[in-house]
Amino acid sequence: MWAMIVKEFRQVRRDRRTLAMMIVLPVLLLVVLGYAASFDVKKITVAVSGPQAGLAAGLLRGAPFQVTVTAPGETKDWATNQLRDGRVEMAVVTQADARPQVLIDGSQLFAARAALAALAGLERGGTSAGVRTSAAERAAAAGPVALPVTPTVQVLYNPGLTTSDIMIPGICGVILVFVGTVITSLGVVRERQSGTLEQLAVMPLRPRDVFLGKIAPYFLVAGVDLAIILAVGVAIFGVPFRGSPAIFAGGALLFLFVTLGIGILISSVSQNSGQAIQLAMMTLLPQILLSGLIFPVSSMAAGVRWISYLLPLTYFNQIARGVMLRAEPIGPLLPAFLFLALLGAVVVTAATLRFRRYLAPASSS
Amino acid sequence: MSGESAWGAADLGVRHGATMFLDGVTLPAPAGQVTGVVGGDGSGKTTLARCLAGALAPDSGEVRRPPKARAGYLPASSGIYPDLTVTENLDFRATGYGMSRQAARERAAEYLDRAGLAPAAGRLAGQLSGGMRRKLAVIAAMLHRPELLILDEPTTGVDPVSRSGLWWLIARAAAEGCAIVLATSYLDEAERCASVLVLDAGVPLATGTPQEIVAAMPGAMYEVPARPDGDLAARTWRRGGRWRIWDPEAGPGAGPDSQRLLPDLADAVTVAALRRELAGAPS
Repeated sequence: MWAMIVKEFRQVRRDRRTLAMMIVLPVLLLVVLGYAASFDVKKITVAVSGPQAGLAAGLLRGAPFQVTVTAPGETKDWATNQLRDGRVEMAVVTQADARPQVLIDGSQLFAARAALAALAGLERGGTSAGVRTSAAERAAAAGPVALPVTPTVQVLYNPGLTTSDIMIPGICGVILVFVGTVITSLGVVRERQSGTLEQLAVMPLRPRDVFLGKIAPYFLVAGVDLAIILAVGVAIFGVPFRGSPAIFAGGALLFLFVTLGIGILISSVSQNSGQAIQLAMMTLLPQILLSGLIFPVSSMAAGVRWISYLLPLTYFNQIARGVMLRAEPIGPLLPAFLFLALLGAVVVTAATLRFRRYLAPASSS
Repeated sequence: MSGESAWGAADLGVRHGATMFLDGVTLPAPAGQVTGVVGGDGSGKTTLARCLAGALAPDSGEVRRPPKARAGYLPASSGIYPDLTVTENLDFRATGYGMSRQAARERAAEYLDRAGLAPAAGRLAGQLSGGMRRKLAVIAAMLHRPELLILDEPTTGVDPVSRSGLWWLIARAAAEGCAIVLATSYLDEAERCASVLVLDAGVPLATGTPQEIVAAMPGAMYEVPARPDGDLAARTWRRGGRWRIWDPEAGPGAGPDSQRLLPDLADAVTVAALRRELAGAPS
């Protein structure tokens, strides 16, 4: 047994990456998750429209509400579009001769629940129940105060506040990451381990052809996977698909391009399958935990939130939820598309350059 | 590089840190003949083959090879996909080299038959024996009829009957005008080559036809039943059940003629390595 223990220690000591995963990763995860793992929504962005917008905005001027737009000249359609385009989480439509209407974006599940709880508190004329606000925030807000009239409340896009409605679009992304990154990451490693990478290097194939040839089958498989998941989500879980399939497909293709590129990049820097899987898991885990799939990005501590903005799944979540639940048009989603395209270009260029090192070591003379 | 030899390497140098893997290696590879590269483990055969094939860029020197589509390479690792069948492996190679489906099928059938692999055409390469996989790799490397074919230890692990089948394929490729560079540890195979380069620790020890290398061996060689003691031990090696001693000073007629042996290529290569070692060269 002693011989085995010594051998194992020697092997682990030489496998720096495993050692790092065993020692550094748990600490890193604890710190990151400690700051990220929060369902508490401390801020709900609000748009107020209609003739009494100023008055309503004044009444809502207290945590957790943060009135970001006040538009006395605008109507309910405008307010709805604000929600649809993901600009705010709640909209208040005031009317001259009727009770104000409160519209809540149900696709922002935790913000919607917090908004409903806070509104209930306001209707009771006291502190918004269920929403934690600090003493400082309460003092600064000098409120909240009781509402003079009871508004009608309508939850849009996910009226039942169903968890599966918001999870399934995100899970589509997770599955694409799994196929795109984890499975693809084994591609080049397998070539290296079986000694076929060198053969590819001397064959009359351009590195770009090899790269595209390697990712194309996974691209196709992931596309079929996505279609199946969507069909199951819609048919069995009753998740709505309200938006444009073309916009969704465009976002999914871009996202897949990024995840496949990450998979190939991981594969090209790994010496064996074990290392590739380790690295792929290290990219998968943060995406699941920090992309807004589980914990709302807005609830994360600022020190951790920036990581979310670097993760491709964060943007796919925005696109998938926006299109499927809110029928969001392309305009407000352009920044997400743009970021995915940029990330894809960076990752694929890096992966191709790595590939070139293996596939074009010596040019013909 | 000589004018008559289109392909080959001249004054190649490959280093990794302070270690020289190849140092001043020149190897012409004339069309229509098999050029052997022999040497022990770590002699630089694979490094030279990789440089010739374009899988490794040398630090110095020149490599002349045809474009990738007209060169073939059998790496030491075979380069065969274990999870594809024999036929699928050959299909991939044929498509990669732009061969027509008809030509690829006809040639593959012929080569598989000659190498005794035809019955295994539908089997996964990973399920083949080491020798069968090696034969498949050789066939895959020459399927597209390259102008330059680099074979790194093509017959390692192959049984004698199949070796003869492979050599038939290699000889036929040479007869069709292909320049073949064949790295091998088997000196009996090197004797079948038109010319041979002997490598030791990345340095060329001898070059020429097998006959020229044998003829250039200085001194004489004797056979003794037991290993002698003292200084002689350093110039002694075992071959079969007996020992051979190399005497660098012996001229014609020196020593007991009854024990004096006519050297072959294996002896000449061993003596070349001994001379380098005795001269104090780093191994």
